[in-house]
Amino acid sequence: MTGPDRAAPDPATPKGPNALSVGARQERNLGFMLCAPAVIVMAAVTAYPIGYAVYLSLQRYDLRFPQLAHWVGLSNYGAVLTSPFWWDALWVTVVITVVSVAIELVLGMLLALVMHRALFGRGVVRTAILIPYGIVTVVAAFSWQYAWTPGTGYLAALLPAGSAPLTDHWQAIGLIILAEVWKTTPFMALLLLAGLALVPEETVRAAMVDGATAWQRLVLVILPLMKPAILVALLFRTLDAFRIFDNIYVLTSGSNNTASVSILGYDNLFTALNLGIGSAISVLIFVCVALIAFVFIKLFGTAAPGSEMERR
Amino acid sequence: MTTTHPTAAHQPAAPGARPRRSTAQTRRVVGWSVANVVVVAYALFPVWWIAALSFKDPSTLTDGDFIPSKWTTQNYRGIFQTSEFTRALINSIGIALIATVIAVILGTMAAYAVARLRFPGKRLLIGMSLLIAMFPPISLVSPLFNIERLLGIFDTWPGLIIPYMTFSLPLAIYTLSAFFREIPWDLEKAAKVDGATPAQAFRLVIAPLAAPGVFTTAILVFIFCWNDFLFAISLTSTTRARTVPAAIAFFTGSSQFQQPTGSIAAAAVVITVPIIVFVLLFQRHIVAGLTSGAVKG
Amino acid sequence: MAEIVLEGITKRYPDGAVAVRDVNLAIADGEFVILVGPSGCGKSTTLNMIAGLEDITEGTLRIGDQVVNDKPPKERDIAMVFQSYALYPHMTVRANMGFALRLAKVDKATSDAKVEEAARILDLTEHLDRKPANLSGGQRQRVAMGRAIVRNPKAFLMDEPLSNLDAKLRVQMRTQISRLQRRLGTTTVYVTHDQVEAMTLGDKVVVMRSGVVQQVGTPQHLYDSPRNLFVAGFIGSPGMNFLNATLEENALRTSVGDLPLDDRTRQLLTRADAPRELIVGIRPEDFEEASLMGGRHGGHTFTVTVDVLESVGSDVYLHFTEEGPARTSELEELAVDSGLADTGVQEHQLVARLSAATRAAEGEQLELWMNTSRLHVFDPATGANLVHPEPTV
Repeated sequence: MTGPDRAAPDPATPKGPNALSVGARQERNLGFMLCAPAVIVMAAVTAYPIGYAVYLSLQRYDLRFPQLAHWVGLSNYGAVLTSPFWWDALWVTVVITVVSVAIELVLGMLLALVMHRALFGRGVVRTAILIPYGIVTVVAAFSWQYAWTPGTGYLAALLPAGSAPLTDHWQAIGLIILAEVWKTTPFMALLLLAGLALVPEETVRAAMVDGATAWQRLVLVILPLMKPAILVALLFRTLDAFRIFDNIYVLTSGSNNTASVSILGYDNLFTALNLGIGSAISVLIFVCVALIAFVFIKLFGTAAPGSEMERR
Repeated sequence: MTTTHPTAAHQPAAPGARPRRSTAQTRRVVGWSVANVVVVAYALFPVWWIAALSFKDPSTLTDGDFIPSKWTTQNYRGIFQTSEFTRALINSIGIALIATVIAVILGTMAAYAVARLRFPGKRLLIGMSLLIAMFPPISLVSPLFNIERLLGIFDTWPGLIIPYMTFSLPLAIYTLSAFFREIPWDLEKAAKVDGATPAQAFRLVIAPLAAPGVFTTAILVFIFCWNDFLFAISLTSTTRARTVPAAIAFFTGSSQFQQPTGSIAAAAVVITVPIIVFVLLFQRHIVAGLTSGAVKG
Repeated sequence: MAEIVLEGITKRYPDGAVAVRDVNLAIADGEFVILVGPSGCGKSTTLNMIAGLEDITEGTLRIGDQVVNDKPPKERDIAMVFQSYALYPHMTVRANMGFALRLAKVDKATSDAKVEEAARILDLTEHLDRKPANLSGGQRQRVAMGRAIVRNPKAFLMDEPLSNLDAKLRVQMRTQISRLQRRLGTTTVYVTHDQVEAMTLGDKVVVMRSGVVQQVGTPQHLYDSPRNLFVAGFIGSPGMNFLNATLEENALRTSVGDLPLDDRTRQLLTRADAPRELIVGIRPEDFEEASLMGGRHGGHTFTVTVDVLESVGSDVYLHFTEEGPARTSELEELAVDSGLADTGVQEHQLVARLSAATRAAEGEQLELWMNTSRLHVFDPATGANLVHPEPTV
């Protein structure tokens, strides 16, 4: 880290009331200098490639014949948007996202309450709960896959003979949701726990004195006060669930119509080697995510994450 | 943003002196014990299952038993004999460590500026990192794949380090700026009045106080990099840079007729161990870090 | 050690808000000056500008014979005590106190000797190797003081250094700071919102309001001759009582009766071309129970209904209700500062300090005597004290 700019102030600069003072200018320069590397990296690795993806998506670009690449305008988007594969994948992704986030919210709230209120063993519970968060998704996915595979699996053995849940459309989607919920509920629970900790204990006691039952205290007092934390948790998890990839890749590889949009994009890129179509799918996914984020930010208003960072 | 330790203040005083517990208390204790056991079982079930699988003898691998009837370390010896796994392990450790170090350094600088300095464009930076935190990685895979091939870094360590550190930067900036905000302003003022230059104030006062935050952030970033699968399978094609999660997915088993189940399970356990160690040692830090950026403190 | 001179110091923020406006102040070498005022009056901003922690928008600041406007704090050779103490939590008491010396590259032996000496003066010797987290509030405060004195700086700047202590400790530390300052003879600028601290500590008190200096003077001078309504109401506890008054031929007509005017007051009012509607101020101690006055004459006697009596042992405070003056902006701010604005009480409460021998009882009538030679008379429009005019500082 270099020190602040020690250059003497330009004597020609009028030092009127609106001119930045030496200190403020130094502060500004230091701020720019400290942020520059992070900004450059983030811009170079995300902003530029997303632009490049848009460019690629407007080309017919087959990796097996790169020399035949040529401009085709929006026809890749037309191909994707008229393809049942895209709509099926989008539907599967939406189902997985909505169902798993809904379950996680309820389960996460329960877990948060357990961690917040338990008379003993909070440390153990919190440590245990971090394991699903920390574990590599692929590892967990393999564990679930083996558990549900007939002939290997402990859980499959509990099912009626002959059933292979991972080869059935709805059952497989259910198992994908199960794996997703298991892995990410702890994260949800921790965010909710932090929100729970911000609810003043005295407010809850006041409600108790006012005669509210435990359920009424939760619904009428605690949950409304936790609204910002709940919205943040929902936003993070919804966007995260929408990009689901690892679990599906390991559990079903997208067979039996269980592909999410991310799996579809990956397959087009690396199985079909069609960079143009793959890029079009990438861009469409980006648009979906941006839409979700936009809706959430509108809901948040000032409670949006980051607004608090403006505080100085 | 202190670690959320719900204080014991709201609990009724423990009736330690009383010889007999009332039935209501007994019921509560039993209730919470059950709840705790359920939570722990929930968290550990799949972990235990894959660990059990990894210790099973090939002959019993398909018995579906929850506890191995014949214990063996054969699967572990198997994977450590192949360069396919050891190479991937080295890749995983090296790539995650380097990406973590870079992300934490860049993140610390930016987070300090965000938390402490006044400069135009701060909002833009925050918005940008928020955007990247929400970015679908698949959207970047296709352009990065092509760009990296053109630059010749496809299937190399830098080819993975660069996207990893980028995607973990928002996490690092968020967590660290929350930690920086925890450090009272007056300390910096005091250091200035005591005659410290800005660099000295940072080195002697801020950095030592921010160390726990930096450490926590490093753990979170490391877990993030360690965990990645999509970039790992998309931006590698050989064992040169393939990390363990990707390598596992390509395991074929030591012979043609053998299912790779045992090897996969053993490899899975190996890469899970560091995470469990982190969690056991730094549970409090991880919780603090995870929740710091998300909730107004 | 040095004098500090502020000439036309102004602080304007980029958004145009003015925190401090045209402050002129000369602090002599070795003087103990208090900046006092309600929160947001610009006193801390002024202190930070002297320290170099905030930029000066306009004006000149001299410490010693140097203009230091553009000098960073480290080149100003001043020490500061913060409200939060700002002790470095990762350093021992010894390292905290020696930090500035370490940065100044003072050799270890000298530095250690100075720290030991300061610790001895502040009774911290046995705590030198502990971390701030293991100290009590009072001890932390003393470490913060110690950090300032080891440097032997040109000036001490103290930003509400006692406000984090409990009431009893605060009184003790107040005396200790006063003794220490006299002993070291170091120029000191001390910021507080507590007028009792201001009165008891300083050689000179600067009362500020909304970024503007209201009056500068010794504590007694400010108490006896406040320049305006704000200073009158701010200095003193309980505060000065205010009543609406109409100027008549030989008296001021108020809700407690006609207050006779002495010759001096009448002349001053005539010279000031006073308006007919005025505000009269009288301090609580200028009342007494009439029956305890014995044969003394002069003043004004009137009857009140006792609302509340508060005995503090040596004295009794009697609260009674009268119709108060319309709220001027100054009175409004005083009400906010004293917390009165938050009590929801609409009536105008007056306070009289009576001798403990009083026979007053709550709810009953009592005859009160008022020393009318100690009246203050204010112009409601400007707030100026018409009977204690003084040249602009």
